[in-house]
Amino acid sequence: MDFLNAIVALANFVIVPGMAYGAQLALGALGVTLIYGILRFSNFAHGDTMAIGTMFVILITWGFQSAGITFGPLPTALLALPFGIALTGLLLIGTDKVVYQFYRQKKVKPVVMVMVSLGVMFIMNGLTRFIIGPGDQRFVDGERFLISAREFKAMTGLKEGLAIKTSQGLTVVTAVIVVAILFWFLNRTRTGKSMRAYSDNEDLALLSGINPERVVLYTWLIVAALATVAGTLYGLDKSFKPFTYFQLLLPIFAAAIVGGLGNPLGAIAGGFVIAFSEVTITYAFKKVANYLLPEALAPDGLAQLMSTDYKFAVSFSILIIVLLFKPTGLFKGQSV
Amino acid sequence: MSNDNYDAHSQQPTQAVGGTKSEPYLIGDAMSGGYGQGPDILHDCTIAVNEGEIAVIVGPNGAGKSTAMKAVFGMLNVRKGAVRLDGEDITALTPQARVAKGMAFVPQTSNIFTSMSVEENLEMGGFLRRDDLQGTIEQIYDLFPILKEKRNQAAGELSGGQRQQVAVGRALMTQPKVLMLDEPTAGVSPIVMDELFDRIIEVARTGISILMVEQNARQALEIADKGYVLVQGANRFTDTGQALLNDPDVRKSFLGG
Repeated sequence: MDFLNAIVALANFVIVPGMAYGAQLALGALGVTLIYGILRFSNFAHGDTMAIGTMFVILITWGFQSAGITFGPLPTALLALPFGIALTGLLLIGTDKVVYQFYRQKKVKPVVMVMVSLGVMFIMNGLTRFIIGPGDQRFVDGERFLISAREFKAMTGLKEGLAIKTSQGLTVVTAVIVVAILFWFLNRTRTGKSMRAYSDNEDLALLSGINPERVVLYTWLIVAALATVAGTLYGLDKSFKPFTYFQLLLPIFAAAIVGGLGNPLGAIAGGFVIAFSEVTITYAFKKVANYLLPEALAPDGLAQLMSTDYKFAVSFSILIIVLLFKPTGLFKGQSV
Repeated sequence: MSNDNYDAHSQQPTQAVGGTKSEPYLIGDAMSGGYGQGPDILHDCTIAVNEGEIAVIVGPNGAGKSTAMKAVFGMLNVRKGAVRLDGEDITALTPQARVAKGMAFVPQTSNIFTSMSVEENLEMGGFLRRDDLQGTIEQIYDLFPILKEKRNQAAGELSGGQRQQVAVGRALMTQPKVLMLDEPTAGVSPIVMDELFDRIIEVARTGISILMVEQNARQALEIADKGYVLVQGANRFTDTGQALLNDPDVRKSFLGG
C-alpha cells in the first residue's frame, strides 16, 4: 500500500506535470529547431512569438465567451486556436517580408540574424504588453479536472490522490497530434521533403529547382502554428503572463540544443529531458520518501535538491554540460 | 529498359557527327572570366560537347578545369565569349534556368542530401517535374542497381562510390540533355572508378551528352570522344581522346610518359 501511495504521489507531483510541461517545451523547441535548420539562425523572438500568438487566442476566446460560444467541457480556447494560428502566421510572414528578408538577401552572417531576431523580440514583447497588458490573464473555462484528487481517492481507496487537469491531458494529446502531422508533412509530402532538402544542402536544393522563398514561407507558417499551440497550451495549464513567455526562451533553447539543433526528433526528446530535470530537481521528495523508507530513515527536511526559484538554473546547467561534452546534442544535430 | 524518353536524342548524334550541324550541342565559346569581381581565370577558353558524346577536361592542378565547367553552367562571370546550348545563347541565364533548359550539374563535393534517403534524393532531383517520377526512378535503379537495394537508407551512410551514384542519379532525374560532372571519381578506389566510368559510358549511350572534369587523365581520355587539355585557363591541346593519348607532347607533359 505504501509503495502504491509513493507511486501515486510521484505521478501526481512529478510525472503528470512533467509530461505536460515537457510536451509544451517540445512544441516550442520544434519551432526553434525548424528555424535553425531551415533559416539558419537562432530565433530569440520565439518566446514572444508564443506570447503574441497566445494573446490572439485569448482575445478571440474572450470574444467567443462574451458571444456565449463555448466548447462544452473543453476550453473555448481550442475553438479560437485556428484563428490565432492564422493571425500569428500573417504576423510572422509580415515580419519576414519587412525585416528578415532584407538581411537574408544580403546574405548576412547568422549572428547578425540573431541580433535582428532580438530586435523583433523586443517589438513583439512590447506589442503584447501594449495590447493585453503585462499582468496575468485568465481565459480557462470548461471542465477543470479529468480526474480530481478526491475522485481518485474514492475510486482506489488510497491515501494519496492523483489529479489530472483537463489542460494537462489536452496538452499531451494535442502535442501528439501536432507532432504526428508535422512528421507526416516533413517526411511524406513534396513540400515537406523540399524543406528538409533545403535544410540539408542549400546549394544542391537550388540546383534541383527548389524555390527558397517558398520554403521560407512554409517554415514561418509551421512555426506560427507550433508557437501558438505551445503558448496556448502553456497558458491553459499555468497562466498567461507575457514576461513568463519571455523567460520560457531559456528552457526552450536548452531543449532544442540538448536534442540537437535542427533535428525535430531531438527537439521533442530535449523538451522532455529539460522538463523532467526541472521538475525532479525542484520537487520535495519528502512525501515519497516517507512512504518508501522505514520511519527511522525518513528525511527531516523536504528532501528537495533545489528551490523552485532555481528551475532556470537547471536548464542552464544542462545546456552548458551538453555544449561542453556533446555540442551536437543527444540526437545528431548541427553544432552551435 | 524503357528508353522512350531518350530515343529521340539517341538517333540524332550520328547526324551531328556526320557534319550536318556546324556547331556542337553545347559550347562555351572563347570564354574569359573569373569569380565575382576577381581577376580572369579563363582566357579565351573553348569547351564543347556534341550530342551523345563524352567530352573530358584534363590538365594540371589549378589549370581552371572546374572553373571552365562552372563557366559553362553559369556559376561565374563570363566577361567575354558566349555559352550556347543547341544554338541558343544562354550566357545570361542563371544555373537554375539552365537546369530547366536541360542541363544538369553534379558538383564535386556536397552533391547529395546526406540526411535524406536515396529515393528522396532522387525525388528532390526531379523536384521541377510535375509528372510521375516513378518511371525515371526505375530507370536510374536499372542503371545503378545498388541504389535500389539501398533506396530507404540515408544517402550519407553510403560508401564514396555509392554516394557518387546517388549524385549522378539525382542529376539525371530532370531527364537532362547534357550532364556535367566535376571530378566524379575523386576519392574513390580504382575499382569503383572503373565501374563509374562504365556507368558514365552507359549514360552517354542513352543519348545524353557528358562534359566531365577528371584528375585521372589517362582513364578519362580513354573513354572520351573529345579531350581538352587546359593550362592556366587556356586551351593547350584539343583533339579526340585517342589522339591526345597518342600525342607524344601530351603524354610527356600530362600523362607521365
